[in-house]
Amino acid sequence: MSQTTNRELLIDVKNLRVEFNVKAKEPFVAVNDVSFHIFKGETFGLVGESGSGKTTIGRAIVRINGTAGGDVMFKGRKINGDIPKALDYEVTQKIQMIFQDPMASLNERAKVDYIVSEGLYNTKAYKDEGERKAKVEAALAAVGLLPEFASRFPHEFSGGQRQRIGVARALIMEPEFIIADEPISALDVSIRAQVINLLSELQKSKGLTYMFIAHDLSVVRFITDRVAVISKGKIVELAETEELFAHPLHPYTRSLLSAVPVPDPIEEKKKRAIYYDPLSHDYSVHKPKWVEIRPGHYILGNDPELEEYNAMLAK
Amino acid sequence: MVQSILSAKDVVIKFSLRGRVLTAIRGASLELYEGQTLAIVGESGSGKSVFTKSFVGMLDTNGWVESGSIMFEEQDIAKFKGDKQWSTIRGKKIAMVFQDPMTSLNPLRTIGMQIQEVVELHHHLKAAEAKKRTIEILTDVGISSPEDRYSQFPHEFSGGMRQRVVIAIAIACNPKILICDEPTTALDVTIQAQILELIRKLQEQYNLTVIYITHDLGVVANVADQVAVMYAGDIIEYGTAGDIFYNAQHPYTWALLSSLPQLGIKGQPLYSIKGTPPNLFNEIKGDAFAPRNPKALKIDYVERPPYFQVSPTHYARTWLLDPRSPKMDPPETIKHMREKFVRYSV
Repeated sequence: MSQTTNRELLIDVKNLRVEFNVKAKEPFVAVNDVSFHIFKGETFGLVGESGSGKTTIGRAIVRINGTAGGDVMFKGRKINGDIPKALDYEVTQKIQMIFQDPMASLNERAKVDYIVSEGLYNTKAYKDEGERKAKVEAALAAVGLLPEFASRFPHEFSGGQRQRIGVARALIMEPEFIIADEPISALDVSIRAQVINLLSELQKSKGLTYMFIAHDLSVVRFITDRVAVISKGKIVELAETEELFAHPLHPYTRSLLSAVPVPDPIEEKKKRAIYYDPLSHDYSVHKPKWVEIRPGHYILGNDPELEEYNAMLAK
Repeated sequence: MVQSILSAKDVVIKFSLRGRVLTAIRGASLELYEGQTLAIVGESGSGKSVFTKSFVGMLDTNGWVESGSIMFEEQDIAKFKGDKQWSTIRGKKIAMVFQDPMTSLNPLRTIGMQIQEVVELHHHLKAAEAKKRTIEILTDVGISSPEDRYSQFPHEFSGGMRQRVVIAIAIACNPKILICDEPTTALDVTIQAQILELIRKLQEQYNLTVIYITHDLGVVANVADQVAVMYAGDIIEYGTAGDIFYNAQHPYTWALLSSLPQLGIKGQPLYSIKGTPPNLFNEIKGDAFAPRNPKALKIDYVERPPYFQVSPTHYARTWLLDPRSPKMDPPETIKHMREKFVRYSV
């Protein structure tokens, strides 16, 4: 069990807001007033439907998307908005991303050697060719690929191997924090297990911290320490993984959990899905608040709702 | 007693690729029962799509059915040649729903026209009647205000709604069999649950026999009466959902179930199958799964196992069921699966 106190904060996101179409009269708000923190060494899960803004949060942290408000703190320093060039370099190196589709995220025309070294080229983080080669070899070895694979092209690899290349490309920068954006959604069951195992081995051996963006809750339950559930650009519930799965409170979390098929015919055929209607919240009188309802278990709700949630917990 | 509606026997399907011949389906047999749901599970490349495409004559032009028979309504459709013969079956009797609703609709035509086209062609209705029928079908697949939706284009629909439209096109000509090729893989879990429920409702209403192709064992548990497990172009185990989930016999089925994240213990590595599936360009000797099975028997490398009957509903292609084989228990992980899953229910 992880301790919530006395742990080093790696990422601290405060009231983050991301807008698209900024020049329009009414910009589209993709992420609205989102706050969470990630401790060093943990795996933090972010789940939600497509379009909920989970990828946008990841991209805002690595500075791909600009922010319209709020702070993103990395080891106590603000890294969003205008920051010094040196810090920008550091962020680009220390925070890396792994993408969903290993078929689409690798440059088809480049050899693995180039794909894996691209980050090094961009930050000039090597002394000479010899060092660069050695780094590529080490990164490939870390993900269980042979050094001679460096001279091959992506199409020569299977889906699982390609995802390993994607991981190697992140690792070569010696990051502290990796944002994995649905890294296993496009993989088959057996390969999925291999990649999950690889990620957790690397976490142990290199002391990595992960933010794991996913919609597959069975995988999220297995690998994350804490989970945030996001709906329409807002985090609606956040708790330690087992707590969230044992006591889901927010109607959206409950509908999400009820919709995940359980691989058991008897259970599955008994099950009834819970539908979530975003209009069911009446926030006209009582405004919703972000409240710690139990130690480490946060939820978005207004006063009457919170009473209801408390009653559910008391049961 | 349930009636068999389609029966495939020892089907071999080959493709010619750059002058070499690949055997995609290596003698697979399958029984489909009227009104029931069969789920075909397997990894990508195991041949699940190719096998079912041969039921509607939709193999790519470089592929052909080499031998075996597929009996449907007293005809061997494996012997069918050309679109003229297939058009009596394809769409009319056996319809297909594909994975990606984004690419399987025509972006330039309205939703209504795309469904109505099928209705006019197959039911020989006049335009006004066809439109009426189209709107009925749209209502059946759960699209609200179908009159307005009728004249909208695919880009005005969300992913889940588009998949409903694709299903509407498939059922428009009252097929007997509906083949759903990964119908929910591209969708969110909450939408997936709705689509699965919709297909179940339509199955009753239209008296459909459904084949699901999927790699998600959760979906299989939700929909399947029967399950066929495919590996390297062959059905290696076949049985009722209960047979496969609670009494699996083939080492590959064991491995597939063991790698479910729901069965993993936090902080410990998840069970994973070593190696990769065999190259189908080469001839496969013995049990195709043997090279990846740490507990393979000697005979697994020499001779291909026949189907062994486990129960009247359940058979598997593994030498472990031969009386001469040593007794082998399924892995510890998948024993008592029921108890482990009960806690997953909300």
